[in-house]
Amino acid sequence: MSVVTNTTTIGAIEAPSRRNTELALLIFAVAIPVFAYANVGLALTGKLPSGMLGYGLGLGLMAGVAHLVVRKFARYADPLLLPIATLLNGLGLVLIWRLDQSPRLIQRAKLAWGKFSPDAPHQLLYTAIGVALFIGVLMLLKDHRILQRYTYISMAVALFLLVLPMFFPAVNGAKIWISIPGLGTIQPGEFAKIIIAIFFSGYLMVKRDALALASRRFMGLYLPRGRDLGPILVIWALSILILVFETDLGTSLLFFGLFVVMLYVATERTSWIVFGLLMSAVGAVGVASFERHVQSRVNAWLDPFACYTSDKSGACEQIGQAIMSFGSGGTLGAGLGQGNSDLIGFAANADFILSTVGEELGLAGMMALLLLYGLIVERGVRTALAARDPFGKLLAIGLSGAFALQVFVVAGGVMGLIPLTGMTMPFLAQGGSSVIANWALIGILIRISDTARRPAPAPAPSSDAEMTQVVRP
Amino acid sequence: MNKPLRRIAIFCGLLILSLMIRDNWLQYVRADELNANEHNRRVQIERFAHERGNIITADGQTITGSAETSGTDFKYKRVWKDGPMWAPVTGYDSQAFGATQLENLEDGILSGTDNRLFFDRTMSMFTGDKKKGGNVITTLNSKAQKAAFDGLGDKKGAVAAIDPRTGAILALASTPSYDPSTFAGNSKKDSTAYNALQKKADPNDPMLNRALRQTYPPGSTFKVVTAAAALENGLYSGIDDPTKSPVPYILPDTAHQPLNNEGNIPCENATLKVALQYSCNTVFGKISADLGNDKMKAEAEKFGFNKEIFNPVRTDASVFPKDNRPQNAMAGIGQASNRATPLQMAMVAAAVANDGKLMKPYMVDQLQTPNVDVLTKTQPEQMSQPMSAATAQKLQKMMEFVVTDGTGKAGQIDGVTVGGKTGTAQHGVDNKGNPYAWFISYAKSGDGSPVAVAVVIEGSDTTRDDIAGGKLAAPIAKNVMKAVLDSKK
Repeated sequence: MSVVTNTTTIGAIEAPSRRNTELALLIFAVAIPVFAYANVGLALTGKLPSGMLGYGLGLGLMAGVAHLVVRKFARYADPLLLPIATLLNGLGLVLIWRLDQSPRLIQRAKLAWGKFSPDAPHQLLYTAIGVALFIGVLMLLKDHRILQRYTYISMAVALFLLVLPMFFPAVNGAKIWISIPGLGTIQPGEFAKIIIAIFFSGYLMVKRDALALASRRFMGLYLPRGRDLGPILVIWALSILILVFETDLGTSLLFFGLFVVMLYVATERTSWIVFGLLMSAVGAVGVASFERHVQSRVNAWLDPFACYTSDKSGACEQIGQAIMSFGSGGTLGAGLGQGNSDLIGFAANADFILSTVGEELGLAGMMALLLLYGLIVERGVRTALAARDPFGKLLAIGLSGAFALQVFVVAGGVMGLIPLTGMTMPFLAQGGSSVIANWALIGILIRISDTARRPAPAPAPSSDAEMTQVVRP
Repeated sequence: MNKPLRRIAIFCGLLILSLMIRDNWLQYVRADELNANEHNRRVQIERFAHERGNIITADGQTITGSAETSGTDFKYKRVWKDGPMWAPVTGYDSQAFGATQLENLEDGILSGTDNRLFFDRTMSMFTGDKKKGGNVITTLNSKAQKAAFDGLGDKKGAVAAIDPRTGAILALASTPSYDPSTFAGNSKKDSTAYNALQKKADPNDPMLNRALRQTYPPGSTFKVVTAAAALENGLYSGIDDPTKSPVPYILPDTAHQPLNNEGNIPCENATLKVALQYSCNTVFGKISADLGNDKMKAEAEKFGFNKEIFNPVRTDASVFPKDNRPQNAMAGIGQASNRATPLQMAMVAAAVANDGKLMKPYMVDQLQTPNVDVLTKTQPEQMSQPMSAATAQKLQKMMEFVVTDGTGKAGQIDGVTVGGKTGTAQHGVDNKGNPYAWFISYAKSGDGSPVAVAVVIEGSDTTRDDIAGGKLAAPIAKNVMKAVLDSKK
């Protein structure tokens, strides 16, 4: 708000670009993971890891190039987003490398697949692709409003991406992957998250007045007209379908939550939140009553240690292990490389990477990490507030809302706050789709924030502005 | 649109806040509980991550050790020197099957997690010393233990020896025994070895600690307690007074059920001294009946019967029951429902040898830090006074007479005063089972008595005549006593 006022009244003074702040923060964002890397090596073998120089240079190079591109193509962008994303990604790489060294996980992989291949080199490659995509977004997308043109194409692409995994076999009980021979697996949901936010923004920008105004008042709530209710019902049905056919609690929750948040922002009607909560409650209870995969997750959440006494279902063992991992970390943690979070075994460096943070960096490290995620969300919301166009506002709040929901769903699941869902911690967890998609997400947010903070070319004289000018001495 | 945006911002803030609260709940509030959770494998990993402290005998022999393993989870495992000999003392400590006895009770010291070792742990963090557990110095005498274990050989039985002056346990053997090293790890081999030792697989039950956890009818060795009860309660004033007892003695409240003696021995109206010398059932049955169940039970309880003893390892309660008159008379000669552990009977001999003062038995002398500084040292304490010093000295005369002139001649040691009592306990339906051979004794040196011992052998293939405590058990007791006396020189 204040930014908007400033630009309309004293637009002549150029806002500071904050690029040097970003550079200073980036130095820390590269140095901290490098120290963490050294720490793991010293803890595990007593010497500095041999790949340290390459790793430090690689991360530094990527951060440097990204910074230069931001300096050139998005001069007024938010200065915090890039350093935080770099720091999280760098720490994620260290954690994945640390878990690659675990004899327990190596043994487990050899038993399951006959061979063990470290994940860290792949993750470094994906990070490079992610940063390249980030650079691509900034260079090619000169203005985020261009995306508005692709509203309905986005819808089609998003639906396609969401439906696609249905035709591929389930992996560990959830159908969220598609496998391409020779290339590996892709988690389309991660990309769909961004594309669907584009669709919602474009759609709601056009329909917001109809949705907000054409409604009847009933018991203090604005009831939307039947035909306006259509889209929300479609999205609701779609998320239920994802839940049923792909047994993917996380993606389903994410999309529905995203839609409700954007609908509320677009229409400013609290009734949408009420509808949204009611419908998601109905959907969740309904599906949970017959879907066994979801049921076992809910049971594991209700009593994480039940499986040790009764039936030994994987979901329960995992969450019990994760909770003990957090508990064992205590306030200060065991120290990088010195914990036993690899006892979880399954997806230790993906869905459950947070328990390694909890155990080895302790409560202190977890608080810092959660604050970093909180900061990304906060910078995203600030970008939405500062954006001058409704499409930009909606897209920024959609992307940062989706980010916040994802962090909550994953971290809450791993910590036993809510039932566990198959999603990955943005930037931290092993997984190519996730890291690439999240770099793109940061790229779009940076683009919107650049447009928002960029001094307005020539503020159109409004009546308010004229009055203000009159009283200026 | 900015108003809903602000609300969404607050909502996102609440999401992150709830994660932070949850994290504090897990990592701060519940940290200790989760860290010690029974399903938390880290507890085990930490226990076996460092070299475990050792259990050491009073004469400086290290009984245990730690061996490095090739497993990913557990770096060290426990090993024993002469495992079968020492298993009744140490118990076992297995990666797969947990720990028992000293290994379990002193685990905090041995694994180095005890709070009393906090200072050492902190210091070693700074000095960079390898983390290691503290040591447990026992009261066990390695020579006496060897004499006991070798003496039992392949017979089934147990030996308990204590120092009557302090209560320090000197030997604790049980056969057949087991080697805890065979299942100290967590491999399939360990588990096979463990299962083969269970009672289901081996009817000899090698993992039963017969010295502490098995009660036997004490037979004639219990006559020492009955004699003490008679003298303490003033039934007879001296050990040379005639006891006015008939042969056979008809059990009270029965028409014609006689209590007989073994063989033709001079028991009619015998004195206490002679009655103990020949082990007269008639005399001691009558004493028990004359005193009554209450007085007999009271005296037995002063010796430690009817309650578990922790030394610190738990010892099963020996039983002198509340019973009717004929059964009580039988209990007075160590039959009927009277049952005692070998350690209990060693305590009986020890109380007599120590002039009536029963010292509390214990087997941990010192706890040491990893740097062998003494953490605690056990001070001997008196457990009870089952009899006056005068009574004890009378009983000593009687028991020494048993060894010089009675059934316990096999317990004699050249140049040493030895007091003892044999026992042959019937058991089984109609006494068909092979009897148990008992011998309890003590030896005296210049400064009081340094050793009291109880030996029991479950007769398996020996004939009934052969099994009399004097022949089977007394030689073992003698060797144990000799071992203790020799190590004092």
